[in-house]
Amino acid sequence: MDNAFEKGFPDMAEWNTPEDLRYTENDEWIRVTGDTARIGLTDYAQDHLSDLVFVELPDVGDALTKGEAFAAVESVKAASDVYAPASGQIVAVNTKLDDAPETINSDPFGEGWIVEIKLSNPSEVNSLLDAAAYARHCASRE
Amino acid sequence: MMGTAEMTQPTTTQAESAPPPLEPLIYDLGAPGRTGVSLPKTDVPEAPLPDDLLRAELDLPEVSELDTVRHFVRLSQLNHSIDTGFYPLGSCTMKYNPKINEDMARLPGFALAHPLQDPSASQGALALMYTLQQWLAEISGMAGASLQPAAGAQGEFAGILMIRAYHLANGEPQRTKIIVPDSAHGTNPATTAMAGLQVVEIPSDANGDVDLDRLHEVCGDDVAGMMITVPNTLGVYETNIKQIVDVIHGCGGLMYMDGANMNAMLGVAKPADLGFDVMHYNLHKTFSTPHGGGGPGSGPVAATEKLLPFLPGPIVVVLEEGDGDAPPLYGLAMPEQSIGRLKAFWGNFGMLVRAFAYISTYGAQGLRDVTNHAVLNANYIRARLKGVYPMPFDRICGHEFVCEGHWKEAEGIHALDISKRLMDYGIHPPTNYFPLIVPEALLIEPTETESKEACDQFVEAMIKIAEEAKTSPELLHDAPHTTPVGRVDDVLAAKQLVLCCRVLPDYET
Repeated sequence: MDNAFEKGFPDMAEWNTPEDLRYTENDEWIRVTGDTARIGLTDYAQDHLSDLVFVELPDVGDALTKGEAFAAVESVKAASDVYAPASGQIVAVNTKLDDAPETINSDPFGEGWIVEIKLSNPSEVNSLLDAAAYARHCASRE
Repeated sequence: MMGTAEMTQPTTTQAESAPPPLEPLIYDLGAPGRTGVSLPKTDVPEAPLPDDLLRAELDLPEVSELDTVRHFVRLSQLNHSIDTGFYPLGSCTMKYNPKINEDMARLPGFALAHPLQDPSASQGALALMYTLQQWLAEISGMAGASLQPAAGAQGEFAGILMIRAYHLANGEPQRTKIIVPDSAHGTNPATTAMAGLQVVEIPSDANGDVDLDRLHEVCGDDVAGMMITVPNTLGVYETNIKQIVDVIHGCGGLMYMDGANMNAMLGVAKPADLGFDVMHYNLHKTFSTPHGGGGPGSGPVAATEKLLPFLPGPIVVVLEEGDGDAPPLYGLAMPEQSIGRLKAFWGNFGMLVRAFAYISTYGAQGLRDVTNHAVLNANYIRARLKGVYPMPFDRICGHEFVCEGHWKEAEGIHALDISKRLMDYGIHPPTNYFPLIVPEALLIEPTETESKEACDQFVEAMIKIAEEAKTSPELLHDAPHTTPVGRVDDVLAAKQLVLCCRVLPDYET
């Protein structure tokens, strides 16, 4: 997800941005627990993509490099890559999304998680946006 | 081969709850033994087909000529087409296809020509192709063209393979990156990936132009080139096109122009003059050959001198110059370092005839008028809709423009609802949700063939819909109301792919 235009269009909706997560400008979130982390797409992303119809998932064991695409989501509007907020190795994949991609729409920060990774460089997460900064980033694109 | 008894009654895949089709499948028409043709008595001995090719279980329609004609005419009447109504599908240039194109393509000398005919017996067809190559080169300012590619995306693929081949020939295999703006057609990154190269995406700035600072940052000796559409897919001419070209050339890369929007350049600007090295045309957009389901497409690729040896082939060449009395002798040849063939035989030849007819009919000044009128129509509609629909860029557009299909005071209304409602006014929806970088995008392209009255009718419908969005949004949510098929469930359609109307009888291959 990327939107280059900053316009003075008034807020049309509010997006959920949980405090305990870190975010990327490309609308991914990451929740760190010890040396593992879950990754998914934000509420803003799912709202702008609209109804998701397909998620292309990576495999357990795949290596993720921060900033590189590791999955793809497709909605009735568009297909979009999902970029890694941090580097690591995939330890779990949410295969529920194969049959129910709409879970990302209904529960982006919970049941709609995409992968769980073992972080190879946990300090990478420090450079990501916090909830307040990400909320401002969302608002600036409307 | 499996037994066939249990397969003579094919089952359909339609869900029990699905409504009956508006028109039966042709398989469900007719009756056993009915036929639409009478074959003449054979004057050669009959030879049986090999047993292993005979299939008793094939379920073929048995219909009369009249059954068939009525079936397909009814189907065509369920459809919207450029021959029946306004079709402002941005980036697709759905212009009227003059009927003279069809007349010319049906001339027996063209229609009945066989691709394996000896070149000595195909000189007319080859002369047409040679002339079209020259015209496409002249319109682009390039040195030559190949008519091989079967469609725009294949033209892109050819162009990027040519750029790659050029760098390899110059001993620069490290040039593996193709820069693509974020407003690009999806085919651009797809082409890059198909060619085995890496996409580097560049954002657009607040005016809809390429972000020059970011462009500078990514330029280096690993850049093979850049793909860009002119005017870009936001409908605007890149303000800094010369700087963009200079930056890419400065780092040793080549410039590829996606010719999807040539309708805004014909006879006014030549891509080669802007500094482009290679480009493709869409004959089915710019030069009025059939488009969409009616295709096939045709995506010739044109190139400057240094890329000519890499053109896909074969191309038509002059084998012997003509003189006053005798025409030249034409033949087919592979360019010396050609990336190879992309298509069986000589491209989609029928489309080449139609494009040739179109260019001949208009002539040079006529083509310039095409662009002038296309740009005028788009700007007229843009100006009339300004203030009615949000517009991300307040500037003169090319042959199309983008507006946004949403308002603060009409919560829950999306571009899709506006498009569906337009169908109730007898108008085909504009392109939705593209370019991706504009929220709720509606990309509108009237084309030059529409009259002022037709443009006005469209504007009035759009203004009416903008009012309805605020006063009676349910009209939009439930639209279309007047078409043979109402609102389709596109989420369900995308998730449950049913691509056949009925299951084919199962058989071992």
